[in-house]
Formats: sequence, C-alpha cells, structure tokens
Amino acid sequence: MNLCYSQPASKLAGFLILKGLAVPTLYDKIWADHLVGQRFDGMSLLYIDQHLLHEVTSPQAFEGLALAGRPMWRVGANLATPDHNVPTINRAAGIAGFDDPIARQQVVTLDENCRRHGVLQFDIKDQRQGIVHVIGPEQGATLPGMTIVCGDSHTSTHGAFGALAQGIGTSEVEHVMASQCLAANKTLNLQVKVVGDLPVGLSAKDLVLAIIGQLGTAGATGHTIEYTGAAIAALSMEGRMTLCNMSIEAGARAGLVAIDDTTLEYVHGRPFAPIGAQWDAAESYWRSLNSDSDAHFDKTVIVNVDQLVPQVTWGTSPEMVTGVNGAVPDPATISDEVKAESARLALKYMGLTADQPITDIWLDRVFIGSCTNSRIEDLRSAASLVKGRKVAASIKQAIVVPGSGLVKAQAEKEGLAQIFIDAGFEWRDPGCSR
Amino acid sequence: MKAFETVHGLVAPLDRANIDTDQIIPKQFLKSIKRTGFGDNLFDAWRYLDEGDMQMTQNERRLNHEFVLNEPRYQGARILLTRENFGCGSSREHAVWSLMEYGFDVVIAPSFADIFHNNCLKNGLLPVTLDHATVDQLFDRAEEPGFELTVNLVAQEVRLNDGTVFSFEIDPDYKAKLRSGEDDIIATLRHADQIRAFEGQHKARQPWLFNR
Ligand code: SF4
Repeated sequence: MNLCYSQPASKLAGFLILKGLAVPTLYDKIWADHLVGQRFDGMSLLYIDQHLLHEVTSPQAFEGLALAGRPMWRVGANLATPDHNVPTINRAAGIAGFDDPIARQQVVTLDENCRRHGVLQFDIKDQRQGIVHVIGPEQGATLPGMTIVCGDSHTSTHGAFGALAQGIGTSEVEHVMASQCLAANKTLNLQVKVVGDLPVGLSAKDLVLAIIGQLGTAGATGHTIEYTGAAIAALSMEGRMTLCNMSIEAGARAGLVAIDDTTLEYVHGRPFAPIGAQWDAAESYWRSLNSDSDAHFDKTVIVNVDQLVPQVTWGTSPEMVTGVNGAVPDPATISDEVKAESARLALKYMGLTADQPITDIWLDRVFIGSCTNSRIEDLRSAASLVKGRKVAASIKQAIVVPGSGLVKAQAEKEGLAQIFIDAGFEWRDPGCSR
Repeated sequence: MKAFETVHGLVAPLDRANIDTDQIIPKQFLKSIKRTGFGDNLFDAWRYLDEGDMQMTQNERRLNHEFVLNEPRYQGARILLTRENFGCGSSREHAVWSLMEYGFDVVIAPSFADIFHNNCLKNGLLPVTLDHATVDQLFDRAEEPGFELTVNLVAQEVRLNDGTVFSFEIDPDYKAKLRSGEDDIIATLRHADQIRAFEGQHKARQPWLFNR
C-alpha cells in the first residue's frame, strides 16, 4: 500500500496500528495515489486528473501562460464551458444575444484560448454547455478516484463520485495548466456520520443544511469531509452532488461519498467513461478505494436525521438555518457577541423581526437552479410539486434555470418545462444565473 | 515576479481595521479578463464619490478628496500602513493585484487574513506584521509631511530616517520565496522530471484517465 506518512511506514507500522492511524480513508488513498512528491519548500505536489475551466477564472491564467511562453502541460486533462456570466435568456442568438459587453468578452476570450491550445470546449451554442459542476458528471468527465480542480469554490460537488475535488484560485488555475499539479498540504479527515433515515419528502439539501447548522460555517476548516451512514448510501447521485456541493459552506476543502453501485451505475455508459476491459479494470480499482471499516478519522461528527424537518435558511449565511416549523432567532438571546451581532445584521438586511416564525415569512422570489440544484432529478421533484398549481400573485419573479443544455432538453421531453411554464415560471437557458 | 530585497518610500496611513477584499477591490470590477487594470479601482468606494463601473476611466470619476490616498502629500506612496486583519473576506487575488498596481510594495499591519497573506506571496507583495504598539507609533509619525520608511526584507527590519529600527518576523520559506522572486510555477516546474515520471506510472495504472 502506498501510504504517505512523513515517517517511514515500516518502522512505525506497529505504533500506527496501535494508535489506530494506519488504516487509510478514501481521502488518504486518493491523496496517496496522486502524490508526485514533496516540492523543495515542503509543499506536496498533487497530480490533477481533470481540470474544469470557465470564462471567469481562466483568462488571467491563459494570459499568464502566454506571458511566460509556457505550453499547457496536458491539454487532454482540461474541459471548458462558459457558465458563470452567460445570460440565461435569448441564447438562441448566441454571442450576439449578450447585452453585457464584459460577459461577451469573457466568452469570446474563452473561445479563443480553447482554440489556441486545443482545449475541448462546450461552447455557448453546444447543447452540452452548462454549469461546470453539472456537465462534468453528465459527460462522465468526472470519474471516481480522480483529482479534480476548477476555479470555482463549489468544485466540491464532484466529491459525490468519490473523487477528490476542490476549488482553486486564479494563480492555481495557471499553475495546474502549466504543471498538471496542485501545490497543497494534506488536510485532516472529518467523518460526518449520518444516522437514521431521511424522512419521506426531505432531500439532500435539507440534510446538508442540517449538517452545516450543526457544524457551523467554519466547523470543517482544514478538513476533508467524508459523509457516511445508511442515509447517505440511500441518496441518488444527484442528492450526493447536492450534499458535497455544500461541503464548502461548512469550511471544508472537499467532501466525499464512498463509491458504490449507485456511483457506478450513474457513470457507466457516459460519453467519457471507460468502456470494455478498461471499465472492468477501473471498476475494480474504484471499489478498492473506499475507507476501510476501521479507517482513522481525525474527527467524527454524528448527525441524526430521523426527526429532521424541511430546512430553511433565513439569513445571509448558510449556517443561519432552521426547520420550517421553527422561527428566526432573537439576537438578544444569543450569548456569543459576534454571532448575536451577525444575526442582528442579517435580520435587518432580510427585513425580518426577532422570533418571527418561518411560515410567516412572505416569499418574494423563487429560483430553481444553480450548481446545487439544477439537475434533472431536482427539476422532476420541483415539477411534481408545481404540477397543476400556479405561482402566487405576490411572487415578483419565479424562474427555473436548468443546469445544462442536456438537462433542459430532457426536461422539455418529459413535459416538465410545460408544467413550470403553465404554473407561471420563466423557463430559462442553462447557466449559473448569478 | 520580481525579487524582493529592500523598499524605500513614502508611507500612506489607512487607519481602519478589518478591511476586507471587497473594500480593497469591489466585486463589480472583477469581470476583467486581465490581471492588470485594477489599480484605479483600489479602495474604489472610498476613493470616489460616484459608483463606477469597469468601462469608466478615472477622469470620468468624482474623487473623494477626504480620503487619505487622495491627499496630495501621499501621492507616490509605496508602503501602506493599516490596522489588524487586513485582507479578510473573499479569496480574490485581485486584491493583491490592485494594491501592487496602485504602487504599493509593502503593507504594514498588526495582522493579515490568511488567504490574503498567501496571495501576497504568489504575487510578490510584502506583508509586514508589527505589534499594535509599533503600528500606533508609526501612525503618529505618518502625520509628519514626507514620512518615509525603509523596509528591508533581508535584514527583516523597518527603518525610519532618524535611525529607529523595528524588526519583524517572517516565515523563512516565505522570505526565501519572496527574495528569489521565483513564482510558484517555476518552483514546481523544477520538478518537471519527477512529474513526468509520475505521470507515466499513473497512466500505466489508470489508463482510462488518459483517453482524451
Ligand atoms: S451556480 Fe453559482 S456557485 Fe455554482 S458554479 Fe455557478 S457561480 Fe459557482
């Protein structure tokens, strides 16, 4: 086994087993299998299998490469699509339909850069275009056991596949383009163990909000989370993506779910997934990666979901969350001065009063979309609630933004789009909709 | 990135704590496709009275003459003196780019936010951490016309023209990197052979990762 402790493993093996340290987690295994070595300054060089690019964080990185006269290290490891600033209306017009000149320039620049370097891009006219974190899995470009980076903090989404995925900054985007490596330090392992069954009607979003409510937005700082428990294993891939997507909101570098039949069924047959003998080899490798039952976690947090009710975030931070049967807090009763002050500011910003019950809050806008919840399964579940109903007259805007062109087409084929349109929603084109 | 040794220059005092990256460079200016062009929008909401956008040039803006960086006596400052937790908030690297492009080579404060501190290293801006009492003293002195400092990274000291010296601590690796002017990519590419060898083995073990 390829362990990467700083001490020689053989000498210390007995000691490590005694201390319960020798049994690696999924994170430890993926890390070890991608560790190129230590840079002379002590940083670890981690080999990156998949780099996702979009129009906002890539141009300066391409510019940096050009200024230094450097090639991309491995073009085939990159996949690009414009998503962050693309308009979600009038897309049939292509680039001509952009009113924002800056967004247009970003998209044109991405086109040029991809063309110049030969990077595969799903451009604005391609039906496969969509939110990076939707299209990676959809195309099978996201595979179990991979290391994946992207210049967007929600890259943790791909951890649903048992892939080590994290968001990076612009300098790091250039660094990965130039060297296929990320200079990083290993994180600690945090197990979030979910006990009980998720009650009927609740989704992964409720689950992850409850987890963040318990951990706090900095509760997982310096850690990679692995979500375990029967309720996690029971989630669909879409649900797992929603869960891992929000790991970053708890401060974690990345979030992971073990690789199982659900994972493999989802991946099998996707355009970039291996086939034939390669699939068989991949499958047996992937199945060997999971954390062993006695794997060592630096910290374990247990979250019981048996009694969970639908969760609502009421403030300006995802840890400001409560059950739908709850109420917003009264800052006067919060003992931590910093938390009390941020609750006070959030209530003011949101126009809420202390102790107001959640069910007494009027909705102004409804938005269904984003990399957290814009996959076909999300649209199916939203449509099943909307069917036969109308958007209330008091709602100022109600929009649905599918996560990719393929999700959009599928939703139209299944009649979901019509359900939303009949109810009074705007049915938009794919993108982040920031 | 240029090698860092010594900077001698005028000091601009910005007497606020917890300045976050959105105050350093507000988010409406992040849509650029370049690494440059952010200097004019450094501390934008404080420097100008109107709300600008990326298309406007500086001449079209209304300057806030009350703001310290707009005072004639601080023009050309290379050293920014400020308060604790400088650079908190979002991780945008544009904050460092805009400070450097404006002309700052050094920021002196009692403390810096973590990611900002890392981003300084990636781009060659020197963050100097001095204790509260020393920073207070420097703020008093910065009221004198033409107050200058020499910041010497090699000797790890801040020297006043009257000969007073304050020394500062800095992580030796961090210092070595700033002094060499070597960016992270050059540092990593020194290991190119090792990366290539790893890649070969990785491909042999997991060929499905190399189908594109
Ligand atoms: S939907 Fe929002 S969070 Fe997700 S990738 Fe797009 S911009 Fe980032």
